[in-house]
Amino acid sequence: MRPEPNPAERPDEGTGKRLWDSVDPGNGRIKLERRPKAATLLETLIERAIQTTGISAVALVVLIFGFLIREGVPAFAEVPLGNLLSARWYPIEDYYGLLPLIAGSLIITVGAAIIALPLGVATAIFIAEIVPDWVREILKPLVEVLAGIPSVVIGFMGMLVITPFVRVALDIPTGLTAFTGMVLLAWMALPTVVSVVEDVLDTVPSSYRDAGLALGMTRWQTIARIVIPAGKSGILTALMLGVGRAIGETMTVMMVTGNAPRIPRHPFDIFQPARTMTATIAAEMGEVAQGSTHYHVLFAVGLTLFVITFVVNLAAASVVFRGTKRAERMLS
Amino acid sequence: MSRQITQRIAFGLISLASVAVVVPIFYVIGYIVVQGGGALSWEFLTAMPRDGMTAGGVLPAIVGTLALTAGTAIVAVPIGLGGAIYLSEYAGDTPTTRAIRIAIINLAGIPSVVYGLFGLGLFVIFLNFGTSILAGSLTLGIMTLPVIISTAEEALRAVPQSYRLVSTSLGGTRWQTIQRVVLPQALPGIITGVILGVERAAGETAPIMFTAAAFFLPRLPHSIFDQTMALPYHLYVISTQVPGMPVQIQYGTALVLLVFVLSMNLAATMIRRHYRRQRVW
Repeated sequence: MRPEPNPAERPDEGTGKRLWDSVDPGNGRIKLERRPKAATLLETLIERAIQTTGISAVALVVLIFGFLIREGVPAFAEVPLGNLLSARWYPIEDYYGLLPLIAGSLIITVGAAIIALPLGVATAIFIAEIVPDWVREILKPLVEVLAGIPSVVIGFMGMLVITPFVRVALDIPTGLTAFTGMVLLAWMALPTVVSVVEDVLDTVPSSYRDAGLALGMTRWQTIARIVIPAGKSGILTALMLGVGRAIGETMTVMMVTGNAPRIPRHPFDIFQPARTMTATIAAEMGEVAQGSTHYHVLFAVGLTLFVITFVVNLAAASVVFRGTKRAERMLS
Repeated sequence: MSRQITQRIAFGLISLASVAVVVPIFYVIGYIVVQGGGALSWEFLTAMPRDGMTAGGVLPAIVGTLALTAGTAIVAVPIGLGGAIYLSEYAGDTPTTRAIRIAIINLAGIPSVVYGLFGLGLFVIFLNFGTSILAGSLTLGIMTLPVIISTAEEALRAVPQSYRLVSTSLGGTRWQTIQRVVLPQALPGIITGVILGVERAAGETAPIMFTAAAFFLPRLPHSIFDQTMALPYHLYVISTQVPGMPVQIQYGTALVLLVFVLSMNLAATMIRRHYRRQRVW
C-alpha cells in the first residue's frame, strides 16, 4: 500500500522520473541505475574480471558435463545395451550390468531418506519450536559440527562400531550391509534436513502461532496444524536435498556396505551387502587403464549420477522458489 | 485433558528423536578422542610412516593435507568472491543471473566422486598435470566454489543498502563503494564461509583419490607437481586396504584429521558469533 501524499510520487523536475520507479518490486531495494560508472581503466578491468568469475560458474558446469560426456558416452558404443542393462557387474570378464549399482544406490538412498526425514523434521521442530533460546544456541552449532565430520571418519567409525553391532544384533554373517549404509547415510544427511526445515519454520510468521494459541490450541496443536502445514514446501525441499546428499555420498557407503553388486529381490535383502554407483567409481577407477572400456563405463556411471543429482537439486530449488513467492503473496 | 496428553506424547517423541540425533555426535567424537589420544605422540605427528605404514607417524599425510587445503583456498577464494560480488552487487534479475544461480545450485549438488572423475579427466589427463597437488587443489577448489559463492553473497547482501547509497552520494564509483564500504562490512561473513568451505574440502577423500593422493609415499612433496599422501585418504587406506593394521594408528589418524577439520569449524563459528555481537545494523 502506497501512502497517498508522498513526495516520492512526484516526478523529478529534471528527469521526469519518480523515486518509485527506481524501487525494485522484486526485493524492495532501490535500484542504483544512475550509480557512477567506473572511473578508471583499472576499475573497468576489475569489474570485467568480476563479471567473468560470475559467469565461470556456468562455464564450470558445462565443462564438467562436457568431460563426463566425452569420457562416458563412448561406453555406450563399446558395450552392447543388453550388457549394460543386465544384472551382472563383473568388469574383469566384460560384464558391465549397471542395474545392480543403480538398485544399490536407489535402495540405500531411499532407506536413508525414510530414516532421516522424520528424525530431521523432529529435531528441527525441537530446535525451532520447543526448546528455549539458550538450548537452541547450543544445538545448532552441534548439528553443524556433524556436517563437518569427514565422511571417511564416519565410515571408519561405522566399520569399527556399527558394523559389528549390526552383525551381532541381527545375527547375520556380516555387518557390512545396505542397512548399515542407510543408517550412516541418514545420520550424515541430517544436518541438511535439520537446517533447511528449521529455516522454513523460522519464516512462518509468529502471528500464526499466536493466533493458534489465542484460539485455545495447545502448543503441539499449533505446531502440528499451523506451523508444519505452513512449512510444508520446506520439508519437501529438505527431503530432496537430503536425497541429493545421500545419493552422492561415497566413502562411507564404500566402507560399510560390503560392495557386492547384486540386485535385491526381497525386502530382507537390505540386510545383505550392496554396492552403489559412487562406491563403484571410487573403488575401481584407480585400477583401470585410461581409455579402456571399463574406464569409459565408470565415466558413464558418473554421468548418470551427475544427471540424477542435477534433476533432484533443480526440483528442490524450484520448490524453494515457488515457496518464497507464495509466502510473499501471503504476507503482502 | 487428552489434548495435554497428546502434547506430552508428541513432545516426548520429538525430544527422543533429537537425542538420537545429537548423542551419537558426542559419542563419535568422544570415542575417537579417547581411542586416538593414546596413539598421539610427538613421533606420530613428525615421523614418516614405517613398516608398510604399521609403525611410525603420519607427517607426510599432514603436510599433504595442509598443502591441499591451502591450494583449495588459493583456487576457490578469488573466483568465489568474484562470483559473489557479481551476484550481489552487479547482476540484476536477468536470464544470465538465473543461469548462474542454477549452475551454482547444481555445482553444490554434484557428488564428490564425480568431481574426482572430472579432475582426473581434465587436470590429470587432458592438461597433463599428472596425479599432483596442483590437480587435487584445482578439483577441490572447484568443489568448494558453490559454498564460498553462496555464503559470501549472503554476507554481501546483508550489508544495508543505505551504506551503498551514502558512498554513492559522496561520489564514490561502484567499485570504490564495494571495495571500501561493502567488502569490509561483509568480511567476517565471507571469512566464515571460506573457512567452512575449505574445511569441507580438507576432509574429502573421493575427489583426491585419483587426482592427488598417494597410497604410500614416505617423503614430503617437493613441488605442486608431486603426488602426496593426505589424511582422509590415508585413513581410508589404513582402515580398509592394509591387513594387520594396529587399531591405535587408525584411531590416531582419525583424531588428527578430526582435530584439523573441527578446529576450522570452531574458528568459523567463533568468528561469526564475535562479529554478530558487534554488528551495528
